[in-house]
Amino acid sequence: MEIVLSLAIGILAASGIWLLLRPRTFQVIVGLCLLSYAVNLFIFSMGRLTLAQPPIMPKGGFVDPELYADPLPQALVLTAIVISFATTALFLVVMMASRGVTGTDHVDGKEREQ
Amino acid sequence: MTAGHLVIAPILIPFLAGALMLLYDDRQRRAKLGFGIASTVALLLVAIELLMRSKGDVSGGNDIGFYLLGDWAVPFGIVLVIDRLSAMMLLLTALLAIPTLIYAAAGWHRQGPHFHSLFQFLLMGLNGAFLTGDLFNLFVYFEVLLAASYGLLLHGTGQFRIRAGLHYIAINLAASLLFLIGVSLIYGVTGTLNMAHLARIVPTLAEGDLPLLHTGAAIMGLAFLVKAGIWPLSFWLPTAYMAGAAPVAAMFAIMTKVGIYVILRISMLLFGPSAAGSAGFGAEILIAGGMATILFGLLGVLASQGLGRMAANMILISSGTVLTVTGFALAGGGPEMLAGALYYLVSSTLATGALFLLIEPMSREEGGIAAMLALTADAYGLDEGADDVTGSTLAIPATLTVLGLSFGACLLVLAGLPPLSGFIGKVAMLAPLMAGVTLDPALAWAFLALLLLAGLATLIGLVRTGIQTFWATDGPVPKVLALEIVPVLALIGLMLLMTVLAEDTLRYMQATAEALHAPAIYADGVFAAPRVTEEAAR
Repeated sequence: MEIVLSLAIGILAASGIWLLLRPRTFQVIVGLCLLSYAVNLFIFSMGRLTLAQPPIMPKGGFVDPELYADPLPQALVLTAIVISFATTALFLVVMMASRGVTGTDHVDGKEREQ
Repeated sequence: MTAGHLVIAPILIPFLAGALMLLYDDRQRRAKLGFGIASTVALLLVAIELLMRSKGDVSGGNDIGFYLLGDWAVPFGIVLVIDRLSAMMLLLTALLAIPTLIYAAAGWHRQGPHFHSLFQFLLMGLNGAFLTGDLFNLFVYFEVLLAASYGLLLHGTGQFRIRAGLHYIAINLAASLLFLIGVSLIYGVTGTLNMAHLARIVPTLAEGDLPLLHTGAAIMGLAFLVKAGIWPLSFWLPTAYMAGAAPVAAMFAIMTKVGIYVILRISMLLFGPSAAGSAGFGAEILIAGGMATILFGLLGVLASQGLGRMAANMILISSGTVLTVTGFALAGGGPEMLAGALYYLVSSTLATGALFLLIEPMSREEGGIAAMLALTADAYGLDEGADDVTGSTLAIPATLTVLGLSFGACLLVLAGLPPLSGFIGKVAMLAPLMAGVTLDPALAWAFLALLLLAGLATLIGLVRTGIQTFWATDGPVPKVLALEIVPVLALIGLMLLMTVLAEDTLRYMQATAEALHAPAIYADGVFAAPRVTEEAAR
């Protein structure tokens, strides 16, 4: 399971970084999305990898933390998803404004000389 | 100090003000302006009160204020913490915000929708970032302030701004992702996000865990260094800052300082001299990077053609200086230099803010900005209607003299020439350095030389522009509104005040720097926070 998750994070992050460095705004935004998926998975993995175990513990008495998933990374991922969703939407708006104003989707606002 | 609801006020006031303003459309701009100014004045009063409290006049020490959100016991919930450093940053934010907002009333707030709401949300994010005692909460406030800053940077639109804004947003989104990776790594190693808890845990970590912690801190540090504009992560900064509308750029002068604040706070808490195996982690990077930033900034100042780009490069110099001194402090340079750097940070923030406000009136006769403003007003269908600044179109007499004198004051502070506060700040930084603290002498002399050179470059750059504008001009005198010059004069008045009260201010900074060198004060102060329910039960 560890190797699958790390491969997934690695591939997502590598693709994201590659796309982030591309000259078209659409590629940049897809790159940012992929990168944020990678980061979210990474946060998730930081609270131990557990399978099919609940993050909510019953109140009172002794609980064995081995039987439960760490709830904190789940809360963090939730927040991170919401925030990156919102900022990506904002970036999309600016990207469309840039496309409308400059007439090109090159990140520098102008095509390279042919 | 007892827990009071006042600690959360710097976040709630701008949040409520900004949210309330959203309910009204932009025809109510006058009311919004009044409301915005009321909110910033309230912030100023709260900041002064919090500063007085954290100074600990009663107990004579460093009083740590706290606010337990949701009344969770300390390491578990989110906690807001106020100590000397955060109180100082809150005060600086409010002091910069009021003149900026008044300046915006001269016309900038008409260039696009929801200027005032965005401005309040920016203040909320800034204050939240200064107050929070929790790493993930810090990320949330960072996103709040960044989201508001995206909107403000694009305020007034225009092709140049949109292009600069696109780069700015992409860079900051990538930096935020780095921040998240760093935070989660630190959580993975230590199992906590609370800064006070971290300060206690880090010295007790096993040797094998340290590399992971350091990696996490380094990745997170990258995100803040991007914000602080350290070389080579600063190429986005001059363009973004000069693209913003004048009041926006003036507010951005404090945004680099947020990055510096977090670097200072976290590195002193986690990697201070008492942190066993990880003491002084990152000091070399901060010193080298800070010095490279000063060098890059001073070359940028000399190479700049426009005043806007020059001012942005001065921001680089100022952040490079404080970052270098932070590195020195981490490497065991003692609190004296850090105190000087804090003084310098405040005075250079005020000076760059004032300079950004001066740029537009100074280059008005060229017509570039006026034409652009007319264009954006056209694009938004904003009419020069009844709610225009009829009462405030008062043009001041002797425009060039007042502008020239204000410009000269900014020049003196930024170049670090006597008699203004910039000089005192530089002396306060350099005097302990000369007195021979435990630093590598080559490094110390290099820093000294760089700082003096940066002052010289600033002098050359600004005098060049000043001569072009004030001496060699024979065109018509620009019409400058009183609303535009009063905020600049207010900022300069603050610098004068800092000069006159230099001894008191420096004493405050000295105590702040000493508290930063003793992370136990912060950690113990936060852990002493009792829950309200426990208090009641007692």
